[in-house]
Amino acid sequence: MEENYLQVPEPEQALPDLSISSSQGVLQWISSVDHKQIGIMYLWLSVLFLVIGGLEVLVVRLQLAVPNNHLLSPEAYNQLFTMHGTTMIFFVLTPAIFGFATYLLPLMIGANDMAFPRLNAFSFWATFFGGILLYFSFLAGGAPDAGWFNYAPLNQYNYSSSPGIDYYCFGLLLSGIGTVSASVNFVVTILKFRIGSMSLKQMPLFVWMILINSFLVLAAFPSLNAALIMLLLDRQLHAHFFSSASGGSAILWQHLFWLFGHPEVYILILPIFGIFSEVFPVYSRKPIFGYAFVIGSGVAIALLAFGVWVHHMFATGLGNTVNNFFAASSLLIGVPTGVKIFNWLATMYGGAIRFKVSMLFAIAFLVEFTIGGLSGVSFAIVPIDWQLTDTYYVVAHLHYVFIGGSLFGLFSGLFYWFPKISGKMLDEQLSRWFFWLFVAGFNLTFLVQHALGAMGMPRRVYTYPNLPGWAILNLISTVGGFLMAIAVGLLIYIIVKGIRSGDKAAADPWDANTLEWMTSSPPELKNFDRVMPVKSTRPYRDYKRPEDADWKKPNKYGK
Amino acid sequence: MAKDLLLFTAQSIFDAASPQAEKIRSLTIGFIWASSAMMLLVALLAIYIPIKYRAKNSISEPKQITGNRRLEILMVGVPMVLVIVFFFWSLTTMSAVLPARGTAIPDLTITGHQWWWEARYSKSKVIAANEIHLPVGRRLLLQLNSTDVIHDWWVPALGGKMDMIPGINNYLWVTINKPGIYEGACSEFCGQQHAWMRIRVVAQLPTDYQHWLDANQADEKQPNDSLVTAGQALFTYASCSSCHSINGTGAAGLQGPNLTHFGSRKTMLAGMLDNTPENLYRWLTDPQKVKPGAHMPRFIFGQDSIRALTAYLAQLK
Repeated sequence: MEENYLQVPEPEQALPDLSISSSQGVLQWISSVDHKQIGIMYLWLSVLFLVIGGLEVLVVRLQLAVPNNHLLSPEAYNQLFTMHGTTMIFFVLTPAIFGFATYLLPLMIGANDMAFPRLNAFSFWATFFGGILLYFSFLAGGAPDAGWFNYAPLNQYNYSSSPGIDYYCFGLLLSGIGTVSASVNFVVTILKFRIGSMSLKQMPLFVWMILINSFLVLAAFPSLNAALIMLLLDRQLHAHFFSSASGGSAILWQHLFWLFGHPEVYILILPIFGIFSEVFPVYSRKPIFGYAFVIGSGVAIALLAFGVWVHHMFATGLGNTVNNFFAASSLLIGVPTGVKIFNWLATMYGGAIRFKVSMLFAIAFLVEFTIGGLSGVSFAIVPIDWQLTDTYYVVAHLHYVFIGGSLFGLFSGLFYWFPKISGKMLDEQLSRWFFWLFVAGFNLTFLVQHALGAMGMPRRVYTYPNLPGWAILNLISTVGGFLMAIAVGLLIYIIVKGIRSGDKAAADPWDANTLEWMTSSPPELKNFDRVMPVKSTRPYRDYKRPEDADWKKPNKYGK
Repeated sequence: MAKDLLLFTAQSIFDAASPQAEKIRSLTIGFIWASSAMMLLVALLAIYIPIKYRAKNSISEPKQITGNRRLEILMVGVPMVLVIVFFFWSLTTMSAVLPARGTAIPDLTITGHQWWWEARYSKSKVIAANEIHLPVGRRLLLQLNSTDVIHDWWVPALGGKMDMIPGINNYLWVTINKPGIYEGACSEFCGQQHAWMRIRVVAQLPTDYQHWLDANQADEKQPNDSLVTAGQALFTYASCSSCHSINGTGAAGLQGPNLTHFGSRKTMLAGMLDNTPENLYRWLTDPQKVKPGAHMPRFIFGQDSIRALTAYLAQLK
């Protein structure tokens, strides 16, 4: 009987390094419940889908390079842009954020693992198979084709009869379960597994943002899951939730989706604010400007996030009273989001700034995210929204937020924590090339799209007539897209080269402040044997500079 | 070059041709000024601070400042004031652009279909498709709805957009300043041919408009050309008439566009092609090749039949 059992390799002393071949084998990764390995798998999953979602959009941009193009059929085009959006949001940004959180959270609070290691593994695999299920639709008869927000009644069987949208529902439900269970795990880990002496007011800001974010996830995803199940009932069992022809409501889908969808936007940016709140202080050699203020504005964002969803629906004719209410809340949420920019500027002010690639992304983020934030405010001003919603101006806006905000943050985090995760340094010179190439490509692609929107180009069109200016601006956008693709190719080369032959990283290469830099790079299987008492928000700095420790200084906040 | 660039703004949201669009335009420009100032401030600080405070030697630590209450109040206060200003500016613009309908009766009803527009003019039996004639100088109330999925009416030069939702009537006010052709497009993703659901608003002086309306009330004239007569017979007795109407004949289908005055339209297939006999011939030969997904099936007509149908439809002025 014995030989019938699968021998699952137990991890031994040190963790296997990043490359699967030199580790104890694939099975050891698959069976792992170690938060570091699961975190790394999340990050690789995100890279995989970044490449897939990126290739999809390159074909889309090729189709749009010239007017009246016939490269793609409208059917193929609609599947590709739908899959691009769905992939990037649910299977690139989300797993990347959760990857960093899963890897770093226990390390930053002095714990040896997550509160529920098996649930942690379950969360990852649910996300993984959610993605696989979504992509299986290509083999099953056609990918979803109604856009990532999948409006009713276009999502109904009589308008989209391929099984794509059913796979969309199942894929997002499964990955959504993973996201929710991971958030439960984060909350419990943060609240119960901190090293004894670390009070809530001494937690790193990244941990704070993950804590706030987890509550956002727990409150927002039920709305999406309910909508997905209702849609499945409509499609499979002929229920009539969203079909107005038989008494349902098309607009109901929009309410349910955006009640999830707008908080989701903040779910993808709050942890990024956390990453930057670690990066700016370290490379500026100063504490964060307004620690409590950053947390407070994070909480404000989380609360307001549930009262702004109708700004996605200002053109649906809900009436001026409703629109005014949501205009007010949407304008309000811009304030706590915007002021953080000044927190980070003030953190740099008077510092000793080191321009590592991680910091370059952080500084570039300040500018790019301000562009995306300001164009976002224009949607809260209802009459401007009436003109510009559902045009290329929105496409520009959302990419400035998701790329200039979220992705820049993830890149910044990647260059910051890569030495810790892999034990290797990345090639700084090549990384700088990547930074400039990516920033140039990104702005080339999306800056012109603001103009295209104002000139009357709706989003999600598979082609367009040759109106004055449309051809040249679209061509510029396509060229920019290919620059970004080259940059991402370079990034993957840099990472692989770093893993294979990078210099060995010290435990604390950036002279950082938080607990994860105390352990070796990469950490042993058991993160910590001992942790020094935490007495401030920068415990490791206190340890390294006892004469200048934060807790010894009088609180001079204010004036 | 400068002249070319000027062309870019033609038909854009900045080329306002109605008081509604003009109101939104001045609000938009106000917003652009305010946000540019904000942008400039952030960009300058994001360049100046890193250059000024770059690390000169790595030994000494800078002064460890953890915050400043006065600056924080300023950081919240200034954006708050801006936000309040724009909220009230938005409020007044909204009630000027889109006041409640009250008991006003719509001047015309525009219905979105996959993938074309239908316009029914009140107090007249005119039904137009895709090219929508409107009089200038009059405040018009448009009633907007849909028969299938959600579409969205948007002509940038005439003001904001409005969704067309199945089962719901939405309303939009528009007062066109001067005659001309205004380009627009469906702005809510509505399926395969969303790209070719373009709008042409033909704004006319009241006299020209009345002239057009009268001409379009007229039924189709009896043809005298033999090819046209053959085409008419085919149209009425083959499948065409089960989806299309031609007033004054037996063709009374309601699924597709009303073709009574098809020949007078400049474009066909919702702005996809110029309305020429060649394009019409191509379309009738294989609709799915010309506009894939369109709800017109391919009828395997002989070449003679297609020629007859083309001749018939082209002369419906």
